[in-house]
Order: sequence, then C-alpha cells, then structure tokens
Amino acid sequence: MAHVSELIASDIDAYLDKHQHKTLLRFITCGSVDDGKSTLIGRLLYDSHMLFDDQLAAIEKDSQKWGTQGDQIDFALLVDGLAAEREQGITIDVAYRFFSTENRKFIVADTPGHEQYTRNMVTGASTADAAIVMIDGRKGILPQTCRHSFIAHLLGIEHLLIAVNKMDLVNYDQSIFNSICQQYQDFAKSLDIKNAIYIPISAFKGDNITSLSPKIPWYQGLTLMQYLESVPVQSKTNQTKPLRIPIQWVNRPNLDFRGFTGTIASGALKVGDQIQVQPSGKHSNIAQIIAAEGECQEAVAGQAITFTLTDEIDISRGDIITHSGTPAEVADQFEATIIWMHEEPLLPGRQYWLKIGAQTVTATVTSIKYEVNINTLEHLAANHLNLNNIAHCNLNLDRPIPFDPYSENRQTGGFILIDRINNNTVGAGLINFALRRSHNIYIQNIDINKAARAKLKHQTPKVIWFTGLSGSGKSTIANLVEKQLHQLGMHTYLLDGDNIRHGLNKDLGFTDEDRVENIRRIGEVAKLMVDAGLIVLTAFISPFRSERKMVRELFAAGEFIEVFIDTPLELAEERDPKGLYKKARTGQLKNFTGIDSPYESPENPEIILKTSQNSAEELAMEVCRYLQKI
Amino acid sequence: MKTLTHLQQLESESIHIMREVVAQARKPVMLYSIGKDSSVMLHLARKAFYPAPPPFLLLHIDTRWKFQEMYRFREKMSQESGMELIVHINPEGITKDINPFTHGSSVHTNIMKTEGLKQALDKYGFDVAFGGARRDEEKSRAKERIFSFRSSAHRWDPKNQRPELWNLYNTQKRDDESIRVFPISNWTELDIWQYIHLENIPIVPLYYSAMRPVVSRGGTWIMVDDGRMPLEPGEIPEQKMVRFRTLGCYPLTGAIESQATTLPQIIQEMLLTTSSERQGRMIDHDSSASMEKKKQEGYF
Repeated sequence: MAHVSELIASDIDAYLDKHQHKTLLRFITCGSVDDGKSTLIGRLLYDSHMLFDDQLAAIEKDSQKWGTQGDQIDFALLVDGLAAEREQGITIDVAYRFFSTENRKFIVADTPGHEQYTRNMVTGASTADAAIVMIDGRKGILPQTCRHSFIAHLLGIEHLLIAVNKMDLVNYDQSIFNSICQQYQDFAKSLDIKNAIYIPISAFKGDNITSLSPKIPWYQGLTLMQYLESVPVQSKTNQTKPLRIPIQWVNRPNLDFRGFTGTIASGALKVGDQIQVQPSGKHSNIAQIIAAEGECQEAVAGQAITFTLTDEIDISRGDIITHSGTPAEVADQFEATIIWMHEEPLLPGRQYWLKIGAQTVTATVTSIKYEVNINTLEHLAANHLNLNNIAHCNLNLDRPIPFDPYSENRQTGGFILIDRINNNTVGAGLINFALRRSHNIYIQNIDINKAARAKLKHQTPKVIWFTGLSGSGKSTIANLVEKQLHQLGMHTYLLDGDNIRHGLNKDLGFTDEDRVENIRRIGEVAKLMVDAGLIVLTAFISPFRSERKMVRELFAAGEFIEVFIDTPLELAEERDPKGLYKKARTGQLKNFTGIDSPYESPENPEIILKTSQNSAEELAMEVCRYLQKI
Repeated sequence: MKTLTHLQQLESESIHIMREVVAQARKPVMLYSIGKDSSVMLHLARKAFYPAPPPFLLLHIDTRWKFQEMYRFREKMSQESGMELIVHINPEGITKDINPFTHGSSVHTNIMKTEGLKQALDKYGFDVAFGGARRDEEKSRAKERIFSFRSSAHRWDPKNQRPELWNLYNTQKRDDESIRVFPISNWTELDIWQYIHLENIPIVPLYYSAMRPVVSRGGTWIMVDDGRMPLEPGEIPEQKMVRFRTLGCYPLTGAIESQATTLPQIIQEMLLTTSSERQGRMIDHDSSASMEKKKQEGYF
C-alpha cells in the first residue's frame, strides 16, 4: 500500500503524527447501471495505492472468468464481493470500501443501480456526507439518474458531485458535457438541490480523477479527488445545531456512580451546562463528562460519551438530553416520508415497531397521503406500499416521543420500522412534522372504571377470540360457549360477521388492507365491551398473526384468550356451509382465506380445538372448563 | 468548534455499537482471538463501559494450534482486564486429534473454528457475539452488516440481510436466532495500527520481528513453534528475522521476513508493502468465494 509520501521512508514518526489528524468523509456513488460506479471506486483505490499485488492478481484472475472489459482489468469485480454479484455482473448489495489521502479517510458506499435495489441505495445514503452521481456521457440523464438524485436529496445529502463519465468515449467533447450539465441543472432546480458541482471524467482512463487531464483542457475546476478532500463533513456542521443526546444505557457499577451513556447527535456539551430530560421535562446540570480519551470539559456531536449530573433524576434508555432553553418537540402523531423496504407490503392499520434514537415504540400508519413516483415525482394515490415505494404517510405512535424534523436533524428525525412477527427491518422513515391534533387529545379521567363495573356483575371481564378458516366451526362453537356462560349467569356478548360486517364494518371488503382494518375495529369494540365489564366472544377468521397480536396487546395480561379452531382446509372445504369455497374455487369470490389469501396459524394460542376429532359440544365444554380454571 | 479525527470518529462508532448491544442483548459475549484486532476491540470495550468493567464475558475458540506466545498473552490479558475468559475447544477435535497437517486447513478450520464456535455459543446460550472482523479484510466482509443475523443453525444469508440505516441497529430477533456484531467493521489495517500506536495497546510480541525458527513451505515461512510440527526428510528449521501480520494457527500462518522491531517500523513496512495482510492466511485462498461460503456455514 504505497502511499505517495516520502515521509514514510524517511521519517515514519512525522508521517504518523500527520496522519493522526485526518478527517473522515462518508460518500456514496450512484447513478444508472453501467455508468461506471464500481469502475470509479476501483480507480480511486488504485490511484490512492490502496490495492495490493495479491488483490490485483485475484481481480485479474476473476476478470478473465467474469470480466466485462475484454482483456482489461474489470475494477467492478473488486467491489462486487458476493458470488452471485460476480456471476451476474451486477451490484446487489451495498459494499463499503476505504481509502485515504494525506488529509482524509474516506468510507465509500457503492450502491446498486437497479430499481429493485433502491432500498440498498437508501441504506448507503443514510450516513453519507456527499454523493457522486455518475452519468454516462454517451447516454446523458436517465430515469435512474433522477431517481438516485431524488433519494440522495431526500436522505439529506447536501453535497452532490455530478460526474459526467466516459468522456473518452465521446471524444472529450465540451458541448456534450455542457448540455448534460444544463439538463441536470433544470432537474436539480425542481428538487431544490443547491450544492451541485459538475466534473467531466473518465473513471476508466483516470481523467480528472487525481489530476486535471490534458485531454480536457477546457475544464479547469476541481479534480474529483480535490472535491472529495474539500467537501464539508457532517460531523462538523452537526456541532452548530441544538444539543441532542439520545440516552443508550445507564452505567451503574456501584452506588457512588450513576453515568448516562450516549452518542451526541448534535450540538456541544460542557461541564456545568443546564440540561433538560425529554420527555419528562426534568432539569439538572452536567457534573462530569467522560469521553473516549478520558474525563474532559467539553464534548461535541459525534462523540460517544458518559456523563453524570448534579441531581439524582430519573433518566432511562430512549430519553433525549437537550439544553434547557432548546428542547426538542414532543408528539405522538406525525407526517413522515416512508421508504418501504420489504416484499411484504405496508398496510395502514397494522402495527410496527418504530426505532428512533435509542427508543423503540409501537407505530401505525393511519393513512397514506400519497405515494411519490420516484421517476417522474408525480403524486399517486395508494392504499398500501410495496417494496421500494416512497410515500408521505400519517403515523400514530403508542406514546409521545421527542424528535426534530429530519431536515433539521438526521439523528433525531430518522427512524426504521420493524415487523413485529418476523423482526425484519421493513421500512425507513423521515419525520416531516408533528400533526397538530396530537397536542389536543387528552384522556378524560372517569370515576367508574372497569373494576367497578366488573364487580357489579360478579365476573372477570375478558375476550375469547376464536380464529380459524371459514367453515371451521368458529361461530357454532362460540355460540355454544356463550349459551353455557349465559346459563351460569354471566354477562356476555358475541361479536361475529353478522353483527359487524353488516353494520360497523360494512364499508370494508376482503383485501389485505381491509382485513387489517376490520380486525382493528373489532379489537377496539371488544376492548370497550371488556371495559364495560362483559365477557366478549368473537368469531372471525382473523387470518394474520400481526393483527391478532395487535388486539392481544390492547388487553391486560390474561384478559385475551386466543382459541384456535384447527380444522384442515380439506375438511372445511368439504363442509362449506355457505357454499363459499365453491365460489372461490371457480373464481367468483376473490381473496378467500385458504384459497388465494393466506391464513397464518397462531403460534401460542391459549386453546387449540381440533374439530376433526371431537364434536362441537365437546369442544365448547373444553373452552368452558378452561375458563373455570382461570 | 472541535474537529474530530477519523480515529476519534471510528472510536465513537465502535463504542456506540457496543453500548447498543449491551442495552438490548440477553447474554452478549466478546469473541477474543488474541490478535491485534481483538486487542483493539477489547480496549474499546473497556472505554465504552468505564468506570465499570465491560459487562460481558470473553470467549476464545481454541484450536490447540495457536502460537505458544499467544497462549501466554491470553492469560496475561485476562488477568489484567479483570474480565472472565472462557476457552472452548471442540471435543470432537480432541478425540479425533484434528490438526492442519493430517486433515488439511479446510477440515481443521471447519471443525475447530466454525463448529467449535457454534458449539460454544449454543452451550452458554449467548445471543449476541462481538467479532473483530473488518470490512477491508475481504470482499464478502465488505458486504456484511455490522449487525449480522444468523439462523438457529448459525447460517448467514448474504442475499437476505436487513437494511442498516443511520446508526439505528435493529436487534429484534427470535429466541433461537443469534447476532454477530462487528464493532470495528469500518476500521482499516492502517487505522488499527495507528490506534495501537496512539493508545499504547499491548499486542502479542509475534507482531514484532525477532529471530525465530522457520521452514519454507509453499512460498511462505512457517514457524516451527513446537514439537508437533512434522518436518520433511532433510528439512532443518533455520533462524530468521521474521514477524507476522496476522495471527492464527501457527501451521497455517505465514511469516514475513522483516527488520521491524518497533510499532512505527511495522507501520512503515505495512505502508510500503505490496501485499495484503490476509495473504499469509492459507484458509482464504481455497476459492475466490471461500470466505463467503465459510461465513454462510457459520464461521465468525
């Protein structure tokens, strides 16, 4: 790794001293497929002498096997690290590469160009200070150029370098460069992109990369490397913003020390500063700061610190520390831009975990305001979001959180959404603003509560939730159970398709979105009835684990009893009391559970009833026996 | 206004990752391999939780074929850090006497390292394991997330990795799944050496050049570290000034001839050399996708 510095050989100590003071810049390369992103990274590594002989030998070997550049070395193979990528000749996932110059260390995320890998580009862009947008001089601006610029801008990358590449293949023609720049400027204006600069290059030949190319005498601006060395880094601009420290972990090794740990998201902190804890609103003063280098008087954005306070106040993971005069906003309803990253679609009404800072809360998209077509920037109506869709949504959380708009602070305004069943990261979000109504809803305290009503009825309110395929016997068994309970003098109510679908939910159909909303409303109604002191029985297919889990969490521990009516599909179809399976099989009925819509069996139901082995009466008795035991 | 250097930023990122794990994991552990990357990772952990000691155990997956100096260093370090160290050796490897000479590097690595690691994680019920891998080491690692999810069978699925945005790490998982976390993913070999130099972090003396008994095997120098090393007829170990850029099982780790006896000299040599550090590692060269394959099987 022959760094071009004479100091290495002559005075290694002087060299080391100099290199301790480098800054760090993170950037991404993006642009259309085959515009030369990977080639540029290979070139940067090669020109900054970050490639070793054995690595070069390995690439030469791979170039012969998979290369797309004839006899020449295919630099793309250097960054395409997965076997599948080398075989298919495309970049699937983000690769992180490192190189450094005399002044800076660089972390570059090479992001895939194909539209189906948009989520991976978003991932790379989330931490970047700058973006290099590659444009093939022969092809000009393509839809992907616009899409990537839009995403880079959306994720808050302020500095864009528009690199018009493959100038060698257009005879280094200035008019071609100028016309591409003009086109891009018009487009950039529509997105409100401010800091864009333009450089003609050839990544393959090395023109204007580290030195100005004699073949492009008409360009006398910065080289690509000079640009990268001079872009302002985010860590520095973050210091000028108000103080935000999301608390990660409380360090309590003994009774005498109670330290709070976290990485400073923005601003700066000094010993003696008066701080405020959010959302609790309590105030105190900084007593001691311990950073990586030891105890210190001051710490700034980007540093992971531990601090102590002058007062004993309660702070826990997820709280945010601010200066007393400049608190963050607190709200539980937002307008946010969501980028969907999973094959399973986002459904409004379904609950997801939302992680922001060090806090994880439950969130629901209450409505999709509009989807953005990322190629044309048109607004489209949408009732769900598919993989790689980007949309403006309203979001409702289960509790208020401190936040800043993403445009002001990436760390306190950016969040991820996590699926509550398979635990995948399914979406990314950027908070735009808090919804006003969230400040105006208060819970009215009332004197007569659930316990008082239940006492009057001499019973413990609960919900018995029957789930299973159509025709499995839910309503039959639920009806028998209710009769039994009624005879015992219990106050009950049975919710089923007949009294819900024809009234409260008559506006809902059977698409996945509507099924989610259907169950959400039933859950809320059941909750009100349990609050009224009743024993509620429900008989709905309720096919999705997510929604059953959501309903379960509406209730106190032990109040929700899930009864799985386990009937094989063949048996239910054979019974077919309402003739629905027949209609579904002949295509007259769409989205029918078990046929063309999935049923997700419960994983840990309180009761499993196998209707293939016992009669409905025996199974109803089984439920009653269970209820007596608890 | 304060300018953070690249090392300060890397340091903060690593500390942030470790704290995130400790705040969220049920039973984390740090894989300690005795090498320079492990030394840096441990040093960072001690800073992250200061004044408390790091609230997790250290785990060394031993193959019985490490250098003797590594074992001595391991004991010394464990005493000094005040942290508890667990050593696990695959018992199957002991009964079958698995070794790199009779069984070859691939079988040896698979049974002693990959299988040994999986056994130990299952045996103690660790749900998150810190590893000292870096993205600049190898091209499939360049694609791996900092929080890398493993199935109940410890398998890595490179095509199905969770997106990792900002510094928000999703630690949710099923009870039978585990996570390998790589806090020094974004450090390069040069960063590691500069940091060791700046912070005076102790490392195994094998990294410094000294006269050592070696034989030439397959174009590289192999150190005759103990009597278990079978010599070819007529092969006589010679004394040479050599050192190691990475440390592993001694029969699988090539030495380089060197005069570097101080840290600045090591860094100087590294900056002037033309080969990468893993070149001395025999286990990477089986095929161009061999590390990706090993990782899918549960290696590290």
